[in-house]
Amino acid sequence: MRTDDLIARLAADTAPIQPHALERRLTLRLATGGLLALVLLLLLMGPRPDLGVAAMTVGFWLKTGFTLLVLASALVLTVRLARPGGRAGPGLWLALLAPFVLMAALAGVVLAGADPGARLALWLGQSWAVCPVWILLLSSPVLIAALLALRRFAPTRPALAGLAAGLAAGGLGATVYGLHCQESAVPFLATWYALGIIIVGGVGAALGARFLRW
Amino acid sequence: MQDVEAELKTLMLLGLDGDSAAQERLLSRLAALLAPFFARRLARGDAEVEDLVQETLIALHTRRESFDRASRFTPWAYAIARYKLIDHYRRSRVRGWRPLEEAGALFAQDLTGDAMAARDLAVLLGQLPPKQRSAIEQTRINGLSTEEASRATGLSPSAVKVSVHRGLKALMTRVNAGGGHADG
Repeated sequence: MRTDDLIARLAADTAPIQPHALERRLTLRLATGGLLALVLLLLLMGPRPDLGVAAMTVGFWLKTGFTLLVLASALVLTVRLARPGGRAGPGLWLALLAPFVLMAALAGVVLAGADPGARLALWLGQSWAVCPVWILLLSSPVLIAALLALRRFAPTRPALAGLAAGLAAGGLGATVYGLHCQESAVPFLATWYALGIIIVGGVGAALGARFLRW
Repeated sequence: MQDVEAELKTLMLLGLDGDSAAQERLLSRLAALLAPFFARRLARGDAEVEDLVQETLIALHTRRESFDRASRFTPWAYAIARYKLIDHYRRSRVRGWRPLEEAGALFAQDLTGDAMAARDLAVLLGQLPPKQRSAIEQTRINGLSTEEASRATGLSPSAVKVSVHRGLKALMTRVNAGGGHADG
């Protein structure tokens, strides 16, 4: 096809685009994925029976705050990396790293202050072996939704964009999982929640490198 | 340069509001700017240049959602063009392995000369400090822009420029002094 013909054909199909269309689409897709994760949670495991009481405790909100903070900072990065030539400076990556470091530091304090005999229980809880797996499972609809949204944009560094999207999906999936999981010891959260989220990030990076090329 | 940015951004914003005449003008202007952009960076013929221009225009048009109205237009457009160019380099390198019917043409070329030049180059570059070497490799051999090289090496753009300049100067001195077998 001649370039002039192509231009005429493309221009004939010039739909108006809303301001902030990218941010809107991405958040909408993430929210849809989060809803699916919630449905999965209700179908597969149900919320913790004491959710109403737990929602009054510091431990619950520390956990939720941690995962939501990861979600928020990873989302900002994803928006940046969705644009061609998008800059994601070290500041943004540090902001994403901060909640992990903070939890690890807090875990150190808790462990140091704990009775040596109780340390292992604080670290492994009741469910260390399944926690990262559940987080990966609940995050997967979110990750798929986020990657589908990213395919419409123009990430010039697909693996990094996939990583950011994966960490955002992991943050949201872990938040949803927190409605079921009864663990609230900081050493547990700093290890197994963090591990689950990081695994989702890794999956996102691998998928991004393959499916976000254009 | 500032005029081009202002003009194209105005057209882009009109296009985002659904103005197809403005969008058509924008794409035509871009086609005219992109053709020499790609031609400068490709060794071979016009057909490839036109393919790349068209691919870039399609990407620019269908991925308009990724443009942030608050930011400058030309960096966005050229980031897309550069992505398509790098993708093209990657694909043509892969393609180079496959077709057997083109093997005759391959043998007709003097590949030993290329290989020896590459080895000489590696030897010479190896004598440079790592910073200068990687700056030269990124910009002069891998064909990255200063910006991209700065991202790849972690140096600031001006440090990249300075390193390239000093490195090339050092190389010239060595070659002129008859260092190694580089004068062959």
